[in-house]
Amino acid sequence: MSYQLRVVSVERSLFEGEVDFMVANGAEGEFGVLSRHAPMMTILKPGPLRIQETGGGPEQVLFVGGGFVEVLPERVTVLADVAEHAEEISIEAAEEARRRAQEKLAGTLSAAEETEFQNALAMAEARLRLARTRRS
Amino acid sequence: MPSFRDIVRRIDSIKNTQKITKAMQVVAATRLRRAQAAVQATRPYADKMIEVLQTVSERATEYKHPFLVRREGGRAVMILVTTDKGLCGAINVNNIRAATRYMNEHYPQGQQYVTLGRKGRDFLLRYRRNVIAEVSNLPDRPSPGQVLPAVTVALEEYTKGNTDAVLLCYAKWISTLRQEPTVRVLIPAEIPKREGGQEGPRADYIYEPEPEAVLDGLLPRYVETQVFQAVLENKASEYSAKMIAMQNATNAAGDLIDSLTLYANKVRQAGITTELMEIVSGTQAVSST
Repeated sequence: MSYQLRVVSVERSLFEGEVDFMVANGAEGEFGVLSRHAPMMTILKPGPLRIQETGGGPEQVLFVGGGFVEVLPERVTVLADVAEHAEEISIEAAEEARRRAQEKLAGTLSAAEETEFQNALAMAEARLRLARTRRS
Repeated sequence: MPSFRDIVRRIDSIKNTQKITKAMQVVAATRLRRAQAAVQATRPYADKMIEVLQTVSERATEYKHPFLVRREGGRAVMILVTTDKGLCGAINVNNIRAATRYMNEHYPQGQQYVTLGRKGRDFLLRYRRNVIAEVSNLPDRPSPGQVLPAVTVALEEYTKGNTDAVLLCYAKWISTLRQEPTVRVLIPAEIPKREGGQEGPRADYIYEPEPEAVLDGLLPRYVETQVFQAVLENKASEYSAKMIAMQNATNAAGDLIDSLTLYANKVRQAGITTELMEIVSGTQAVSST
């Protein structure tokens, strides 16, 4: 059984096609979606989005930096704030971003800045984790 | 009367200018194509976003997000999109005029501005308008991260209750020859109705977390997407306008060269005629003695 999956970010469309299974990092933990899943609407946290396309082939991995997922029985849509293919991740840039976020968090911050940099840190770390597991 | 050499020198200088305007026209045409592709690329996200919002708002009917509530009052923040560089016809003037006129008509009491683009910022600062945030020198393919901090400032003003509406003004791209300044109301947000009275999927969602939290996350994103799209569309309009402006400049330079060449030839002819007359009258003077 398969369903339609579409992954779009503000800048481009990253994936469109028939898939058997996908795993995403939701606000309340990781979840997988098979065909005929109950309708669901959830917020995504920065993390990997793993996709198993119909007709075999290796699993595809995308990095998603937060966003929304709409799950309908025959159709799933991922609205990503930022998204890239795992191969596109630059480890250096992510490390740099993590270092900057950590530095900022060490100082005194307003509540809004705190959440902003926490988010930046979470994104950098999710990117790194994904890039490292892919390459090792 | 200017000398022949002077006119030729002027023609040469105009020819150089014409080469530059011609080059700028070609560059604008290429960039226009790229800008249009960038606008196209945001469409899927925006369309999907609207679809999801429609479904969510049909479910969470009892919950009213502040962005959906119409506030009474005459204060507004205008997000004005302009270009960074000139030489692109009247689009900046048109945008600025449309924005300020709209503000004066509808929101005379409390006007604040957020500018995206140097031209708009310079104009508003010169006229001592209240500019609360600005971004300029955006690249041809700006990332959302470069545009959105300024938008966040406007949204915060609204959340804090310092303003009653958030508006957007940009040059809508209609065709290469036509760009129209357009003012849009971002907040209170209108979620476009489904076309042809279609019903959405009937099933009830499982929300993770609650529908309110999801809608809270979606609506600011929706507003941001509209601004981001407007910035990209304004880029397309900018390059269309620049292309036309440069084409006109190239043509005008051509006309000027033609008429100057004609004038130069006349001056040269006149010079030759006078010289001949001098020689003829000189020889006549000699032979008559």
